[in-house]
Amino acid sequence: MDELERAIVNRLQGGFPLSERPFADAARELGIDAATLITKLQAMLEAGTLTRFGPMYDAERLGGAFTLCAMSVPAADFERVAALVNAHPEVAHNYERAHRYNMWFVIAAAARAQIALLIAAIEATTGYPVLDLPREQEYFIELRLVA
Amino acid sequence: MNAADEAIVRATQAGLPLVTEPYKAIAASLGIEHSEVLSRLETMLADGRIRRIGAVPNHYALGYTANAMSVWDVADDAVDELGAQVGALAFVTHCYRRPRRLPEWRYNLFAMVHGRSRAETDAHVKEIRALLAPALRASDVLYSTRILKKTGLRLT
Repeated sequence: MDELERAIVNRLQGGFPLSERPFADAARELGIDAATLITKLQAMLEAGTLTRFGPMYDAERLGGAFTLCAMSVPAADFERVAALVNAHPEVAHNYERAHRYNMWFVIAAAARAQIALLIAAIEATTGYPVLDLPREQEYFIELRLVA
Repeated sequence: MNAADEAIVRATQAGLPLVTEPYKAIAASLGIEHSEVLSRLETMLADGRIRRIGAVPNHYALGYTANAMSVWDVADDAVDELGAQVGALAFVTHCYRRPRRLPEWRYNLFAMVHGRSRAETDAHVKEIRALLAPALRASDVLYSTRILKKTGLRLT
């Protein structure tokens, strides 16, 4: 990563202007022109340094119901349970973690009632209980990752 | 959320067009005014539906490969005040209060911690522990060992 890329990551993770020519406005603050910024962003997206450039939405505030679920699954049965859980389109992501609770996934559904039904279905098909841990409060995230 | 907001979310959730006047390009594609796109984005930014607008870096590309979910059992009367302080730490990308599920699960505060090595992440966790110390009863750290599924949260 070169100096300009580092500056872009460190200074442009938020605050991109809502203006007529936002790339020109953001570029001026970085001491470059709009064309250079756009070319650099394109390259960083293609290289995978950036996953996206634009608004970062809070999925929960856009509507719908969400929860974080945890399961404790014996190693010998892990792959079967992972396949059953992942088969539901409402399961958005799923991580294996080194812990007694070794499977952690997020459910996104239209309404809370659907989440309860889905959890009941997962418990019935896998044979293991599911911890249902919806977020009650989010704490403000001010600072970001440094490149 | 109304239809115009939803159309804007769908048009921008994968990213802004990298052109000189990106909001004008979105307005043209949706058949609405440039000023309406700007005012609706401003409203969503103000009410928290948009967290921020800008570059979303890939943790791994920046070298943040040791990613842990730290979980904490913090006294109920202190968790909101201390949670806000944990959420403000630079190496914490998400910080939430969640319900306890006793007796199986006692932890009510979750903080995602990112580091460039296991040692760096462990040092960050130690920093959180010091901050929470006055109201802390127990804690644990869960390192991810495998991504089993990752589709992201998108309107479809």
